[in-house]
Amino acid sequence: MAADSPLMALFGRSPVKPMQEHMQKAHACVVRLIDFYDVAATGDYQAAEAIRQDIAKLEGEADRMKKDIRMHLPNSLFMPVPRSDLLELLTHQDKLANRAKDIAGVMLGREMTIPNPIQPLMREYLESSINTSQKAADALAELDELFETGFSSREIKLVSGLLNDLDDQEHRADELEIRVRRALRAVEKDYPPIDVMFLYRVIELIGDLADVAQRVGSRLQILLAR
Amino acid sequence: MTVIAEYGQWFVLLACLFGFFMAWGVGANDVANAMGTSVGSRALTVKQAIIIAMVFEFAGAYLAGGEVTGTIRKGIIDANVMAGSPELLVYGMMSSLLAAAIWLVIASMMGWPVSTTHTIVGAIVGFAAVGIGVEYVQWGKVTSIVMSWVVSPVLAGTLAFFIFRSVHKLILNTDDPFGNAKRYVPGYMFLTAFMITMVTFTKGLKHVGVGLSFGESVLISLAVSFAVMLLGVALLKRVTIDEEADRHFRFASVEKVFAILMIFTACAMAFAHGSNDVANAVGPLAAIINVVANQGNILAESAMPAWVLLLGGGGIVVGLATFGYKVMGTIGRKITELTPSRGFAAELAAATTVVLASGTGLPISTTHTLVGAVLGVGMARGISALNLRVVGTIFASWIVTLPAGAFLAIIFFFMFKGIFG
Repeated sequence: MAADSPLMALFGRSPVKPMQEHMQKAHACVVRLIDFYDVAATGDYQAAEAIRQDIAKLEGEADRMKKDIRMHLPNSLFMPVPRSDLLELLTHQDKLANRAKDIAGVMLGREMTIPNPIQPLMREYLESSINTSQKAADALAELDELFETGFSSREIKLVSGLLNDLDDQEHRADELEIRVRRALRAVEKDYPPIDVMFLYRVIELIGDLADVAQRVGSRLQILLAR
Repeated sequence: MTVIAEYGQWFVLLACLFGFFMAWGVGANDVANAMGTSVGSRALTVKQAIIIAMVFEFAGAYLAGGEVTGTIRKGIIDANVMAGSPELLVYGMMSSLLAAAIWLVIASMMGWPVSTTHTIVGAIVGFAAVGIGVEYVQWGKVTSIVMSWVVSPVLAGTLAFFIFRSVHKLILNTDDPFGNAKRYVPGYMFLTAFMITMVTFTKGLKHVGVGLSFGESVLISLAVSFAVMLLGVALLKRVTIDEEADRHFRFASVEKVFAILMIFTACAMAFAHGSNDVANAVGPLAAIINVVANQGNILAESAMPAWVLLLGGGGIVVGLATFGYKVMGTIGRKITELTPSRGFAAELAAATTVVLASGTGLPISTTHTLVGAVLGVGMARGISALNLRVVGTIFASWIVTLPAGAFLAIIFFFMFKGIFG
C-alpha cells in the first residue's frame, strides 16, 4: 500500500519553481551580453569568444531545463492554470536565451567593430533591452506568490503593475532603437557597407530581445486572466 | 454448539492474534497516509507525527471506534437469523480477518493501492453470501456502506473547497496576510477541536460508561474547544515574521502560522483515522468474542467489551512503532507540494468527514477521503499540480480489492468449516 499509495500518486511535480529557475537561467544568459559587448567594443574578440561560450553554455542549460519541465507536465495534470498557457510562457522564456546567443553569435562571427560615434548610444540601447528582460524576470519571480495565494486579486494587481513596468521599459528600448539607427545612418558612409548591414542586423536583434521579454510578460498576463 | 464450547478459547485467542495483526497493518501502513500530508508539508517531523499518531489514533480507536466496530460486528450480517449455527459466524469472521490480513500483505509487497476497509467489508460480504447464504447479508446496510465510499470523498472535497476558499478570502487575499492569519487561525483550531469533541461526546464514550445528554455534550465540547483554542493562541504567539525567508517567498511567515494549525488538524486526522479504521481489525474479533462469551448464543444487542478496542488501539500503536517511521518518511518525502495552508484544509475536511462517518457507524476509507479533500483544494486553485489519474487508480483498487477479499475469505471459510466440522 505504502509503496504506491494513491495519496502519493496524487501529487505531480509543481512546475512553479522549475519555471522560475528556467527564467533566471535565461535571464542570466541575457545579462552576460553586456560583458560580451564591452569586450567586443574594444576589439578583443578572443576574450569575447570566451564570453560567448559562456552564453552558449547557459543557453544549453536553459534548454535542458525547458525539456525537463515539459517532460514533467503530462496532460493528465490538473493545474490552476491551463497547461498550454504555461508551456507557451516557457517557450518564450527560452527564446530570451536564444536571442542572447544569436546576438553574441552574429557579433563574433563578423568580429564586428562598433563605430566610435555610436558606441555610447549602442551600449545604452543594449542595457535598456537587457533591462526589459530584467523586468520580465521580476514579474516571473511573483509566480510562486501567485500560486500560493490561489491567484488572489491583490497579487494579480501587483503582478499587473510589474507588467506595466515591463511595457514601459520595452517602450524605452524601442525609442533607443530609433535613435541608434539614426545615429548609425549619419555615419554609415564612413564604414564598409557589409559591416554596417550586419550592424543594423544586430540592432534589430537587440530590439527583438526586448520584444521577446515583453512577450514573456504578455504570456504571464494571459496566465492571470481567468 | 459443541464446537464453540470445545474450542471457544482457541477461537478467541486466534481471533485476537489475527485482529492484532490487522491493527498492526493499519498502524504500519494506513496511518502513514493519514499523517503523510503533515510530514510532507513540513508541519511536523516524522518523529513528531509518530508521537501524535500514537496518542490520537489510540484515543480515536478507544473513544470513538465503537460505532463502526458495531457495524462490522453485526451490521453486515443478519446475526439473528444465524442463531442456529453460531459456529459459522465464528469461522466466517476468522476467515475475513485472515483473508484481509493476507491480502494486505500481498498488496503491500506488490505495491498495489488497496484499502483495509474495502478488503474487510468485501471479505465479510463474500463469506456470508457464498458460505452461508445470500439472504443473511443485510444488503440495505451494505448498499449504504458502498454509497458512503462514493459520498465520503465528495463530501470531503466539497468541505475542503470551501475551507480553502475561506482561507483565501480571510487571509491570503488581504493586505496583511500574516496579521490576518494570526487573527483567524485560532478560529479554525476551535472548529477542529469542536468537531472532534462533539462526535466523541455524542457518539462515542458510551462503552466507557459516560452517558451525556446532547446539551451537556455541546457545553463540554464548547469548553474543551475553547481551551484548545487558547493553547493554539499561546503557540501562535511564538511565531514571528521571518524577514529573511520572506524575501525569497513573501508568504513564508504566513505558512509558519498554518504549520501550527496543522499540528491540530493532524491530531484530528489521527483521531478520525483511529475511530474508523480500528473497526477493520477488531470488528470481526468483537463478533467472535460475542458468540463465544455467550456460549453460542448470538445476541445482537449485547455490549462489546471495551478491551477489544484497547487491543485494536494497541495494535495500531505497535504498527506505528515498528514500521510507521519508514513508511511515513517515504510518503512525506513524496508529498512536498502541499504547503500547510493547503494541508490543513485537506486534513480538516477529511477528518470531519471520517469522524462523521465514525459517528454514524459507516466504515470508510481514510485515504480515499483524503484524496477527495486534496482534490477539493485543487478545485479551489490551491495546488499547483495534481495527477487526476489517481481517481482511476482508486476505482481500479476497488474493483480488485472487493473480489479479492471476498474470494480469500470464502476459501478460508470452507477450510475452517472442514477442520472444525
